[in-house]
Amino acid sequence: MAVLAVSNLRKAYGGEDVVAGVSFAIAPGECFGLLGPNGAGKTTTLRLSLGLIDPDGGSIELMQRAVPGEARPARVRVGVVPQMDNLDPDFTVEENLLVYGRYFGIPERSIRERIPRLLDFAGLASRASARIQTLSGGMKRRLTLARALINDPDLLFMDEPTTGLDPQARHLIWERLKQLLAQGKTIVLTTHFMEEAERLCARVAIMDHGRFITEGSPRDLIARHIEPHVVEVHGDGVAAWAEGEAGPLASRVEESGDTVFCYATDPAPLLANLARHELRYLHRPADLEDVFLKLTGRELRD
Amino acid sequence: MRAYALPSMSLRFVPVWRRNLLVWRKLAVPSLLGNLADPLIYVLGLGYGLGSMLPQVGGVPYIAFLAAGMVCSSTMNSATFEAMYSAFSRMHVQRTWDAIMMAPLDLDDVVLAELVWAASKSVLSGAAILAVVWLLGLTHSLLSLWVLALVPLVGLAFGALALAVTAMARSYDFFMYYFTLVVTPMGLLCGVFFPVEQLPAAFQAIAAFLPLTHAVAIARPLLLGEIPNHTVLHVLVLLAYAAAGFYAASVLFRRRLLK
Repeated sequence: MAVLAVSNLRKAYGGEDVVAGVSFAIAPGECFGLLGPNGAGKTTTLRLSLGLIDPDGGSIELMQRAVPGEARPARVRVGVVPQMDNLDPDFTVEENLLVYGRYFGIPERSIRERIPRLLDFAGLASRASARIQTLSGGMKRRLTLARALINDPDLLFMDEPTTGLDPQARHLIWERLKQLLAQGKTIVLTTHFMEEAERLCARVAIMDHGRFITEGSPRDLIARHIEPHVVEVHGDGVAAWAEGEAGPLASRVEESGDTVFCYATDPAPLLANLARHELRYLHRPADLEDVFLKLTGRELRD
Repeated sequence: MRAYALPSMSLRFVPVWRRNLLVWRKLAVPSLLGNLADPLIYVLGLGYGLGSMLPQVGGVPYIAFLAAGMVCSSTMNSATFEAMYSAFSRMHVQRTWDAIMMAPLDLDDVVLAELVWAASKSVLSGAAILAVVWLLGLTHSLLSLWVLALVPLVGLAFGALALAVTAMARSYDFFMYYFTLVVTPMGLLCGVFFPVEQLPAAFQAIAAFLPLTHAVAIARPLLLGEIPNHTVLHVLVLLAYAAAGFYAASVLFRRRLLK
């Protein structure tokens, strides 16, 4: 039984389709990643799924309840980590959790029992009475995660959970999300960090212009859409090299700024050729980011 | 259509109201002093200063006349301020409403909580002025305690109107229009500083439709130890403003936030 089932979902703003017919279902215990460039419709899909905005078409079932009609009771079993921090600046760390727990109608005593455990989980045990303004970005994110867990939810929505964090903070969040998955929780996350999706998600969908353009496990997507080897070449004369020699050696050659990306099934002839040049290069296995860029293009999105 | 439905009213608003109470408790003393200072300056300054040059107004010393007006207008100001500046901060600047609505609470619950909270704070202001009125010996009648029943209604009416303004505001600057065009004129037209009967007929006719007139019409006799006339009518007018303002605010907030 899906914890979230969305069918043919549509939402338009000012005549422009932001979500243009999206369907997916998420099974209990799964970690599902929604990838896409800025403005692809990821956040709108999440907000629609939570019943925070009304769809123009399609159907949504969250925790077996119809959304938006029954969104409010459905959210009793759901936790949300929004993209923009909206912790309560008037309160301490601990008070943020207490006040948020009350919104769920959780008895005061249960909330107070849960708070120390959640603060431990978030690595904020020593900061219980700190004011929000004194926390670092990583701490705020962890507190937002702890806040989303105050109702012990079955399903957790995370909208770009690690955007703007340093690597240490990011790894800590990933570690915690893995723990939650191990506990059997379901996670739906949006991100534009492919590394994050590859590490955490069993299944990802790449979204652009309001539609899912592909869906599957990260490994599947790489196998399905892209050659297994990537050689990134740069240095003086790379443009001439790409023009003159690269073509027959790789199945696809893409230029982006001063770097040439060569995609190949067998990289040996390419590497042999590069050994005869002064060019610098990096040979690596193809990853989700290559798939992403192939499918959504290299142009900037604002 | 969902945007125009009647607001759903349930006790779910209570945790949101308690959130605001918890914030207020941290700043209770300066907040109460702030609530008191402004009206107190008016009562003492105008009451004793201006009052000493005036004959009796409405058959009583000017300061006793002014007391009822100050109770009502400070209740109005307190509810208005809370439902505009503070609610706008929570909605737009701090994104507190967004966080609340990710929990199993709806926009209707949040708006009701803001209304009841604005009214609650205004009750504190009104009650504080009433206490001062007693301490200054400006009233001796136990009838004046009925003002405590009136004050929440005044808070609900002005809180609801102010919330509707907040729902349309793009920035804090917008609130100046409401103060300049509505709150200040109301303070002058509605019998706070002088009897409405002193105004030209046309202004009296306008004043008859304004909510503050009806609040003062109940409060003044009570403070002077008399039973007010047409109480039911005045109460109904205030209730109508509260209901209309609350409905307008609910619709406007939905159109703004649930898109």
